[in-house]
Amino acid sequence: MQKIIDELERRRDLARRGGGEKRIAAQHARSKLTARERIELLLDPGSFEETDMFVEHRCTEFGMSDQKVPGDGVVTGQGTIHGRLVFVFSQDFTVFGGSLSETHANKICKIMDRAIAVGAPVIGINDSGGARIQEGVDSLAGYADVFMRNVIGSGVVPQISLIMGPCAGGAVYSPAMTDFIFMVRDSSYMFVTGPDVVKTVTNEEVTQEQLGGAGTHTAKSGVADAAFDNDVQAFHEVRRFVDFLPANNRSGPPIWPCDDPADRDDFSLDSLVPANPNKPYDMKELILKVVDEGDFFELQPDYARNIITGLGRFEGRTVGIVANQPMVLAGCLDIDSSRKAARFVRFCNAFGIPIVTFVDVPGFLPGTAQEYGGIIKHGAKLLFAYAQATVPKVTIITRKAYGGAYVVMASKHLRGDVNYAWPSAEVAVMGSKGAVEIIFRGDLGDDAKIKARTDEYQARFANPFVSANRGFIDDVIMPHGTRRRIAKALRWLDQKKVDDPWKKHDNIPL
Amino acid sequence: MFDKILIANRGEIACRITRTAHRLGIKTVAVFSEADADALFVRDADEKVYLGPAPASESYLVIDKIVAACKATGAQAVHPGYGFLSERKAFAEALDAAGIVFIGPPAKAIDAMGDKITSKKLAKEAGVSTVPGHPDAVSDPAEAVRLAAEIGYPVMVKASAGGGGKGMRIAYDPDELQDGLARAQSEALSSFGDDRVFLERFVENPRHIEIQVLADKHGNCVYLGERECSIQRRHQKVLEEAPSPFLDAATRRAMGEQACALARAVGYHSAGTVEFIVDPSRNFFFLEMNTRLQVEHPVTELVTGLDLVEKMIEVAAGKELGFSQDDVKLDGWALEARVYAEEPARGFLPATGRLVRFVPPAREGVRVDTGVVEGDEVTMFYDPMIAKVCTHGATRADAIRRMAQALDDTVLRGIGNNVDFLASLVAHPRFKAGDMSTGFIAEEYGDRFEPAPVTGDLALRFAVVAACMRSLLSYRAQQLSGRLRGMPPFEATSWSVFVGGECIEVGLHLEHDQIWNVQAGGRAHRVRLHWRPGQVRFDAIIDGDPYTFQADRISEGFLLRHGGFQAPTLIRTHRAQELASRMRPKPKADLSGIVIAPMPGLIKSVRVAVGDEVKLGQELLILEAMKMENVVRAERDGVVATVAVGAGDTVAADAVLVTLQ
Repeated sequence: MQKIIDELERRRDLARRGGGEKRIAAQHARSKLTARERIELLLDPGSFEETDMFVEHRCTEFGMSDQKVPGDGVVTGQGTIHGRLVFVFSQDFTVFGGSLSETHANKICKIMDRAIAVGAPVIGINDSGGARIQEGVDSLAGYADVFMRNVIGSGVVPQISLIMGPCAGGAVYSPAMTDFIFMVRDSSYMFVTGPDVVKTVTNEEVTQEQLGGAGTHTAKSGVADAAFDNDVQAFHEVRRFVDFLPANNRSGPPIWPCDDPADRDDFSLDSLVPANPNKPYDMKELILKVVDEGDFFELQPDYARNIITGLGRFEGRTVGIVANQPMVLAGCLDIDSSRKAARFVRFCNAFGIPIVTFVDVPGFLPGTAQEYGGIIKHGAKLLFAYAQATVPKVTIITRKAYGGAYVVMASKHLRGDVNYAWPSAEVAVMGSKGAVEIIFRGDLGDDAKIKARTDEYQARFANPFVSANRGFIDDVIMPHGTRRRIAKALRWLDQKKVDDPWKKHDNIPL
Repeated sequence: MFDKILIANRGEIACRITRTAHRLGIKTVAVFSEADADALFVRDADEKVYLGPAPASESYLVIDKIVAACKATGAQAVHPGYGFLSERKAFAEALDAAGIVFIGPPAKAIDAMGDKITSKKLAKEAGVSTVPGHPDAVSDPAEAVRLAAEIGYPVMVKASAGGGGKGMRIAYDPDELQDGLARAQSEALSSFGDDRVFLERFVENPRHIEIQVLADKHGNCVYLGERECSIQRRHQKVLEEAPSPFLDAATRRAMGEQACALARAVGYHSAGTVEFIVDPSRNFFFLEMNTRLQVEHPVTELVTGLDLVEKMIEVAAGKELGFSQDDVKLDGWALEARVYAEEPARGFLPATGRLVRFVPPAREGVRVDTGVVEGDEVTMFYDPMIAKVCTHGATRADAIRRMAQALDDTVLRGIGNNVDFLASLVAHPRFKAGDMSTGFIAEEYGDRFEPAPVTGDLALRFAVVAACMRSLLSYRAQQLSGRLRGMPPFEATSWSVFVGGECIEVGLHLEHDQIWNVQAGGRAHRVRLHWRPGQVRFDAIIDGDPYTFQADRISEGFLLRHGGFQAPTLIRTHRAQELASRMRPKPKADLSGIVIAPMPGLIKSVRVAVGDEVKLGQELLILEAMKMENVVRAERDGVVATVAVGAGDTVAADAVLVTLQ
């Protein structure tokens, strides 16, 4: 018995040492933490329970039978974040370069199955050189098994991917199917094919960082949701992020004790919208001033900045916030912003998170780039997502709500539950100038007449009353009371239920 | 008395005049430009009249429009505030012609004091001490030496046609004078085409001390003590106080009596200010007379208990002062700090933008004069002053302590400002000792200001406060819904706090609500923290001493501020700190190829195109801000890679304009 206990200790020790001191030092030299250090930072101290510590690969090809490390390059298990259960896998780059073997994949699948069964988030820490080439097709099958669980779990439990090293080739598709991807600046990259292949095929010279670094994916491709400066900051922020998330699609958002009064007025909001309708203002100021404690977790802050997405709280309960940003491209909808917001809206709907939308949208961005890029179908994604969402939807129109974009942005017509407008709101088919140039085409060239017509149109439609008359907005509210009114609406919408007709699934214009 | 007056000004002074007028039961009329349509001073007034577009030359400076506004509203008198038309003789005359009372001095007094040479001559005649000098041109070195002996060294050789320091030389002895004379003459000739120079005593390390006078239309004139305004930056007053820590009673009386003599000599009535420079031996010399209410008048009001605006209105209405010099008593000490929208770290360039957060201080002994509220915009059209924060105490030390507290209390976000600079000034040992001259800021700070790093006891206090805040958040997280059962209670009894480049270990224990026992820096501390999550400004009592902090949320901690210092303060578990110390610091990106806008403004012209080779210092583009054309130059040699802006674009501060390869 003692012998077995001694052997157990020896094996545990071996597993904890991973790829050995030299490789750990190399990992640290790259400003990267080890798989176990990362789990320590992610979870509450002492809460981690490891699974499959003694799993080893079964490959015998290419002399692999001599090279075995307990755990096989991935640390898996469960623990807590502020007391709430999460499942985690953390790839160990010091063991076989974190490469994915059949058994490595099995370990990931095991904890994913558990997470889906008990309804808790999965957090994957990716730091892997790719497939375990020695295993050939077994490794590929391993990826496929993980992919399958990503899909089964999608919309059931939140799935978060942290990219903290290489993630290339087929490996990118597991994170790609999770709900959120976070990266670390200067030490992580993701791409389907690396710089060497790119050079061979397209003759483009590009570095790993340029091709798939955090900067690329947070600003250019929109693949990643946020980037952090280093591993330590990344885990701090991921813990903060998880605090916003429901455990699963049935639990509802977590509830925080909140000391921030729901009826807190903010009179500076009364002057947020400038008198000149063409002057931008920062929509983020509104968000930060209305959410609990000014705590807002923004997603994709550097991508498609003409729309803002992120999580905040009202009375301690998580809400998803979508807002047009007049500071960028006048807040118009384009391909990127439509896709960004659509995916976020669907995430919120899938997990029962109410959606608060702030609208100041002059329309869709015109141009060949947009039309050739398929704005028709991309714009439709956001329209579809909002229409489909059955969670509580509270919408505030702060200024412009023009044309089709008005309809898209959680309007009454798309089952908006509570639609409010500030006194500065203008709900119209388009801006006064454009409208007059169409309706009174005959007067074009007569500046005085056009001006009179524009003023007339402005007076008639550049206000919230026309749509209020029709019930398209429920009330006109003062900006300073926005927090109070949203909080009240969310209170009575808390138990909202909607049953749509049975379908296998929808056919969103992907 | 008047029933209705018009205020021909804007901003804080318009608000301040309205306040007094309303107290006296007088209705006020605001006049405003397009940029001020929603401004506080317009909302405060009983009536408003639109003047014109934002530029002052088309609104606040148009005499006819203001006279018309008086007629349209039936205002019987006009208070001009300071700046704009307050010292324009033509304005006073135009009002007079229209039968409207000007709440200020007679036009001829404005005229007499408006001219530097005339005013000096009049002052001399009235027996006011002026800088010794010889006003006539001198060219012969021997003659110069003889004159200098009369004037007293050091002497300054000044160009008659001069200005801006050109053709100016200081000499401490006859040798230097002969040399300086020749140089000043040749410089004057090349700069102004006129080689005439004259001699004047050079006042070393001067202090700026001014006397407030108040006179009525019945020949009564009193002086209301002095104000010291030596803390200035490029002739812009920053910090003022009353009384001056430098004057003795005899000097004060001498200066006051001379100031009144001058006022009488020019037939002055209303409030006015006689400015002097004072040398280290308390010799004082007349500088000029300001024939209006001064920006810094509140410090005089605080120590005299008088309302100068009220007195100006009464005098204008023909009332007698009703008190004599003997009735004027100075009570305690008052300070005024001018809060400006500017960027101290960028050489105090003016800043514009929205006051995203503005919570002025409000405690006993604090007076705030401001024309803006949270959410208002500071535009590029007018003076960038946000507020005047004044404090009053029994002693100078009291007033300074209250000022430090008031500045700690001031919450300002969204726009660059000098609050930290002001806090640094009032904490400066030389200022506290009253040891200053008009060169103080230049000597102690140079031409820019950045808060010093947070170290020592201050870093310790930051660490202690941040650790308590973080623990509070962690305790609260235990009440989060959906926790697994059987979770051990939270026991974060120690943290590593990273602040000001050092890591401070903090151990702590919540004794009961708000009270923490803390171990840090090798000592035990007792901390009472009045903070709830999300609160920006809060009070803490550390080891019995009260402190006011401000905290903004940042990743892993807070940006903490106190006493004009600020530092990102990160709170980590020991383990996280240990692991963080293994992270390599990120290399600083080379930004020399990125040219950014130094301030918000309008691009007037772009002088380069993509592909152009540029040399260090070459003009890239011209940015207009605050009506000034600023040349943006290349900071290194290179080839223009991108030009992000075109003529006519409006840019924000820090916007990328041009990149170089």
